[in-house]
Amino acid sequence: MASIIVDNQAYTVDERQNLLAACLGIGLNLPYFCWHPAMGSVGACRQCAVKQFKDEHDRCGRLVMACMTSASDGTRISIDDPEAKAFRASIIEWLMVNHPHDCPVCDEGGECHLQDMTVMTGHVYRRYRFPKRTYRNQDLGPFIRHEMNRCIQCYRCVRFYRDYAGGRDLNVFGAHDALYFGREQDGTLENEFSGNLVEVCPTGVFTDKTLFHHYTRKWDLQSAQSICPHCSLGCNTTPGERYGILRRITNRFNSEVNGYFICDRGRFGYEYVNSDNRIKRALLRPELDRTKPAKPEGVPQILGVAADRLRRARGIVGIGSPRASLEANVALRSLVGPHQFFLGIDEYEHKLLSTILNILRNGPVPSASIHDAEQSDAVFVLGEDLLNDAPRLALALLQSVRQQPMERVDELKIPRWDEVAARNAVQDRRGPLFVAGYRRTWFHDYATDSYFAAPDDIARLGFAVAGTIGADAPSVPELTNEVRGLAQRIADALTQARRPLIIAGMGSGSQATIEAAANVAWALRQRGKQPRLSFVLPDCNSLGLALLGGESLNGAFDSISQGKADTVIVLENDLYRRAEQARVDAIFDAAKTVIVIDSLEHRTTAHADVLLPAATYSESDGTLVNQEGRAQRFYRVFVPDGDITESWRWARDLAHAKSQETEGSTGVATWRNFDDAVAGTAAAVPELARIGEVAPSADFRVAGQKVPRQPDRYSGRTSLLSHLTVHEPRPPTDPDTPLAFSMEGYRGPIPSPLIPQFWSPGWNSIQALNKYQDEIGGPLRNEMPGLRLIEPVATKAPFWFTAVPPPFKSTPHRWLLLPLSAVFGGEELSCRSQAIAERMSEPFISLHPSDGARLSLEDGRTIELALQRTTYRLAVHFDPSIPAGTAGLFLVPDGSGLRLPVWVDLSEAIKTGRKRRVA
Amino acid sequence: MTYVLNLLTGLWIVFKRTFTKPVTVQYPEERPYLPPRWRGRIVLTRDPDGEERCVACHLCAVACPVDCIALQATEDPTAHERRYPEFFRINFSRCIYCGYCEDACPTYAIQLVPDFEQSEYARRNMVYEKEDLLISGTGKYHGYNFYRVAGVNIRDKDKGQAENELPPVDVRSLMP
Repeated sequence: MASIIVDNQAYTVDERQNLLAACLGIGLNLPYFCWHPAMGSVGACRQCAVKQFKDEHDRCGRLVMACMTSASDGTRISIDDPEAKAFRASIIEWLMVNHPHDCPVCDEGGECHLQDMTVMTGHVYRRYRFPKRTYRNQDLGPFIRHEMNRCIQCYRCVRFYRDYAGGRDLNVFGAHDALYFGREQDGTLENEFSGNLVEVCPTGVFTDKTLFHHYTRKWDLQSAQSICPHCSLGCNTTPGERYGILRRITNRFNSEVNGYFICDRGRFGYEYVNSDNRIKRALLRPELDRTKPAKPEGVPQILGVAADRLRRARGIVGIGSPRASLEANVALRSLVGPHQFFLGIDEYEHKLLSTILNILRNGPVPSASIHDAEQSDAVFVLGEDLLNDAPRLALALLQSVRQQPMERVDELKIPRWDEVAARNAVQDRRGPLFVAGYRRTWFHDYATDSYFAAPDDIARLGFAVAGTIGADAPSVPELTNEVRGLAQRIADALTQARRPLIIAGMGSGSQATIEAAANVAWALRQRGKQPRLSFVLPDCNSLGLALLGGESLNGAFDSISQGKADTVIVLENDLYRRAEQARVDAIFDAAKTVIVIDSLEHRTTAHADVLLPAATYSESDGTLVNQEGRAQRFYRVFVPDGDITESWRWARDLAHAKSQETEGSTGVATWRNFDDAVAGTAAAVPELARIGEVAPSADFRVAGQKVPRQPDRYSGRTSLLSHLTVHEPRPPTDPDTPLAFSMEGYRGPIPSPLIPQFWSPGWNSIQALNKYQDEIGGPLRNEMPGLRLIEPVATKAPFWFTAVPPPFKSTPHRWLLLPLSAVFGGEELSCRSQAIAERMSEPFISLHPSDGARLSLEDGRTIELALQRTTYRLAVHFDPSIPAGTAGLFLVPDGSGLRLPVWVDLSEAIKTGRKRRVA
Repeated sequence: MTYVLNLLTGLWIVFKRTFTKPVTVQYPEERPYLPPRWRGRIVLTRDPDGEERCVACHLCAVACPVDCIALQATEDPTAHERRYPEFFRINFSRCIYCGYCEDACPTYAIQLVPDFEQSEYARRNMVYEKEDLLISGTGKYHGYNFYRVAGVNIRDKDKGQAENELPPVDVRSLMP
């Protein structure tokens, strides 16, 4: 800790920071542009000038850039010094010389860092009377709008895009006062994190194109904390709503999880909430006659009919969902009873998930948060395509490769925040990152070594690494010299690291890679290291569902086909994605009543006799458990139209209606509000007992007040609905949370899950976050970063997995079809959003060129593939990274219930006009 | 003594008013003069080229102390290629005619005009939509056209064609 004096006031700060971060951490206002808490200082904009004094006798002082000066002990500076103030004002004036006169039509207006800083420095009138420089804009694809005139040349965009996120297609061009930040030519920004440019850019050069289509100012957005439902990482987001339409998603800082950035799937995948395919009314099939389509009906009548059916049912089967909240799943479980509740994932997925849960629960190695991943100094990825399945984790690993070279930076006594000097010292050095997989992406360019092989061979590499590290770990017979050498290098790198991280997951559908990853981590643990494990899971609440326990979908299907049950309740789940079409059809035909609770129309909802419209994540409260085992709360942002309500409330209403005539109400039927749902969830499974501690309960008040979801500048309160009624209906009440659908309430320090959006007087942009932290980049004040539900006992002995698979052998007539994922289109909900849909690729099959030649196929050609009684139209991609003897298959998520990997005779399955037999 | 004097002074002032001309007029037959800046009914004006001036910046809505302005921005790619309000609604039953919206407006679109005759029997008739607010003229400010000054390009105005602008930079040029 260092003591610094700012304007004759002494403060204690962390001496590893720069003065700018220190001053902002104290709560002082100091303007800046090019510095970013996650990206360090480059001293490019000269905006944070302060006056530094040698000692208390120094009256003269000298101007220094706060972002480029260490907060060393005894530093004496002045922010309010007249000369420093004049300097900062002149910098802004220069920056504004060419700034166009278009704030009224700029999407950044109202949350613009440049506006804030201009006001802060007091620049009011443009004195420069000469013409303004102009630029032509580029079309940067469906996510980002470009308006280059507004640029102030701070370089943050290229520093984020190229240095932080590993992008290649955005750069700075031109020279002197005609710099251009864009692509070499028009075209979609390819990087998976391009959406962060919207927040990184201090002004309106890069703005959110999806927001542009239904533009609303920040001050008009009703917001609340949310958790991204589009992958298993559980990044925190802040959705904003106006006029009943979800307008946009911004990143929400959580020091343990996503920090300052999220991926484009999370940012632009929200539009399915506004989709035309939303189910808005409760539907009932007339006389439950399957030949007639379901029709809207009054909710009480529908519940009456459903309850009648449930009472008369021979048996009820409840099918849960890995994308529904814990509360919704527990509500259904309580409605149908624990033995009739099935997890809504297929048998194979259940097996993998159980293995992972077993490893996390009973092994000695804890799981890693994204923050841990960023800090790790050696990483081994087994079989996961992180960029497509868990993009934010891939971004964290791009930072982790800087950890080890940073030790050299420390040796040279270069402060870590000094970005230019640090990058200069690091040069091209990268810390160890070993990636084993079966498809090459640009992420592999950052790997120390990449290994492309079939999942079994990847698992063998993992087992070999474990066997090399730990004496007790099973070793692998019949290794090739090449693999043995690689295993040795990986083992060396991992054992030399302080914080090694092993990543595996369910993306490749291989049990062996998961077990191999556990062995590696445990072997490291046995050697006295502090390794962490991270498993990538398919859905946002996969782990939460697994914690609830229960049988897989097979059990549900069996009890219907065996006639034990004739009524099925499906919760937020498209069964056609999870099982073969014929099987699901048969189940729906066999069931007398099908009740479906979901938000979007899909093939399962088409079979519903009773269809109940579920609220999406932005319209409901709930708890999700991410792949780390961290339970996090999301809050309702707005109250939707129609009959839409939370899934757990539908389950409650069904239970209530059902129990009216039989026994007295118990379980879910007694739930009145969300607190009851949380209590019910906590009571359901011992591991969830502390779920109530994730966020404050509904009776939380500060000064007797609720927390308003609307900013205090929220406009149009008396005219929003005046075209419908002039009587200004009372806003919706919220019995479930400490938040209110109002502008009125307490605005001050509150626990982090309750902060509706980050704002502070004078700080309208997302950079207002600085005002919510005691130390810049550190945790929020009163942060509740979620609750880790699974903490292993570090002293436990590892139970080694010994099932080392035999080496993969390609067979002449059969190919192993492996699942491929895609960041855009690889997830069920986000691919129903327009912007994401524009970025989705067509279904394709990836083949090694040699296999392509064997099958007489050409690259880029379209084929038809007949698999399990379904025919898929696929483009053929030749990809030398796909191991020979295997084929990668990418299908859009609502495409099929195909469970991969599977062995297929491609020469038989491929149906093309000019197909020739294998020679 | 002073008290009586004050009383008499007051009475004298009142008495003097008996011989002055009354300020009341026989409205509506006789109408008072209202200066052009008098704050009455709110209108949305058009620019000198006849296009809607409002660019849907939301500043009037946020400035409004009674929150009686609601609007939604949109961009019509065929008709304008520029931002304008999809709907624009003022609930005059809430309006206090403070004129903050006019002050806030960066394009002179929203103006308060000297017309106060807005009484209605039904409150719902006080809710004005864009069709009711939009006039065909420029109102009090004649020359100003926001898009001729702003840097964004619209259908008939490319980059570099606004007032006081240089032609777009040629990024590929190496000239110093």
